[in-house]
Amino acid sequence: MELTGHLVLDTVLWTLIKVLGFLFVFVLGTALVLTWLERKYSALLQNRIGPNRANIGSFRLGGLFHMMADPIKMLFKEDFTPTTPNPIMHRLAPYVGLVPVLVVFAVIPFGPTDQMQISALGVGILFIFAISSLNVYGGVMGAWASNSKWSLLGGLRISAQMISYEVAMGLSLCGIFMVYGSLDLQSIVRAQGQVLFGFLPAWGLFMQPLAFVLYLACAIAENKRAPFDVGEAESELVAGYFTEYSAMGFSVFMLNEFVEVVMIGCLGATLFLGGWQIPGLVEGTTPGMIALQIAAFLLKALFLVWLQLTIRWTLPRFRYDQIMRLGWKILLPAALVNLLVTGIVLMALDRA
Amino acid sequence: MLTSHLGYLSILTVVVVAVGLAGAIIALNWLLGPKRKNAIKDASFECGSEPVGSARHRFSVKFYLVAIFFIVFDIESVFLYPWAALFRDMIVEPGVGWATFGEMFVFIGILGAGLAYVWRRGALDWE
Repeated sequence: MELTGHLVLDTVLWTLIKVLGFLFVFVLGTALVLTWLERKYSALLQNRIGPNRANIGSFRLGGLFHMMADPIKMLFKEDFTPTTPNPIMHRLAPYVGLVPVLVVFAVIPFGPTDQMQISALGVGILFIFAISSLNVYGGVMGAWASNSKWSLLGGLRISAQMISYEVAMGLSLCGIFMVYGSLDLQSIVRAQGQVLFGFLPAWGLFMQPLAFVLYLACAIAENKRAPFDVGEAESELVAGYFTEYSAMGFSVFMLNEFVEVVMIGCLGATLFLGGWQIPGLVEGTTPGMIALQIAAFLLKALFLVWLQLTIRWTLPRFRYDQIMRLGWKILLPAALVNLLVTGIVLMALDRA
Repeated sequence: MLTSHLGYLSILTVVVVAVGLAGAIIALNWLLGPKRKNAIKDASFECGSEPVGSARHRFSVKFYLVAIFFIVFDIESVFLYPWAALFRDMIVEPGVGWATFGEMFVFIGILGAGLAYVWRRGALDWE
C-alpha cells in the first residue's frame, strides 16, 4: 500500500466523521449536559430544587434548557483582561487547557473493530499521559497571567497537586500493562474479554482492584475537583486560578473540567470496566452487535461520570497538606506495592 | 508502518478540529460580547479594595521541591512502561524469566529507596 493522496483524504474524512460522532456528540454533549446535571444532582443530594427556570415556551424539563441558556449568555458577556503584563497569555490560557483534553479522546476505543477508534495508535496510553499532562499549563498560565494574588496561590496549588498525582497515576496503571501485556488501548480491551474462574469477566476492576481505586483518586485529583479542589477553593481563594476570568474564558475553564470528567470516565471504562466488552458476547462484526457494544462502552463511561459526581458532592474538601500526604505517602507507595504484588502473582501463575 | 502514519494523521486532524473550536469560541465571544474598558474594572480582584503591591509574590520552596520530585519519579515510572508491557511475554521465556523479574525489582527498589530518603528527610511534609 502506498501513501497516496486518496488514502490521506480518506483517513481525514473518516476521522472527521468519528470526531463528529464521538467527540462532539458524545463527549461535548455529555459535558454540556453535565453543566446542568452537576447543579441538579447536587440539589438532589442536598435536598434543594436546583436550576429549574430556563424554559422554551411552556417546556421546562426540570431546567434542562439551562445547559443551552448558560453558554449563550456567556457568549454575550464581556471577556475582559485585567491589568497584566501578559494579556495574550491570559486570553489564551483556557484554550491551552481545552485543546489537550479534547485531543486525548483520539485514542479511546469506543467500540469493537479497529475502526471504532479515532486514531489506532500503538502507544495509546503513553499518548494519553503525554497529552493530558499538558493540561496543567492551561491553569498555571491563566493563574500567572492574571496578575492577582488569589490566582497565583491557586495556580501554585494546582501545579504542585497535579504533578504529584500524575506520578501515582502512572505507576498505578503499570499493573494494568503488566496483566494485559500492551500499551495499546484496543488490545487491552480485547484482552479483557477473557473469563476468570469460569464466571468473572477479566476486567481491570477484578484483575487490579487496588489500581482502580488509585486511578480514580489520582484522576479526580488531577482534574482538581472536590475533594481535591484546593486550587479554586471558593471559601479560601475566591475562585483560585480563574478568579480573573469572565465570559467564555471562565466557561471554557469549566468546560475543561467537565470534558475531563468524561475523559476519566472513558479511560476508566476502557482500562477497568472492559471497554465495549459485554460478558458472554464476542467482538461484534455486524452493525447491530457493534452498536450494542458501543452503547455498552458509553454506559460504562457514564456510570463512572455519575460516580465522580457522587464523590464530588459527598466528600468534604481535603486540606492542602493532607492532599500532598495522600499523594506522596499513601498512593505512591501503594502503587509500588501493587506493582510488586502483581509481578509476584504473575510469576507464580505463568511459570507454574 | 503506514497505518501508524495514518494514525498520526488522524491525531493531527483532531488537533486541528480542537484548535478550530477554541478559535471559534474566542472569535464568537469577541464579536458578540461588549467591550467597555475602565481602570477599576480592569484592576485585579482583591476583595473590593485597591490592589496592594505586586502579585508576583515569593512563594514557598516546597512547590519547587515537589516539581523536582515529579521530574525524578515520573521519568523513572516512564522507564517502567515498556518493561510492564513486555512482562508476561518475557517471564515465560526460558532463561530470562527470573532476570526480567529481578532486574526491574532492583530498579523499583532504588525508586522506593529514593522515596524513603526524601520521606525521612521530611521533604514531603507540609508542616
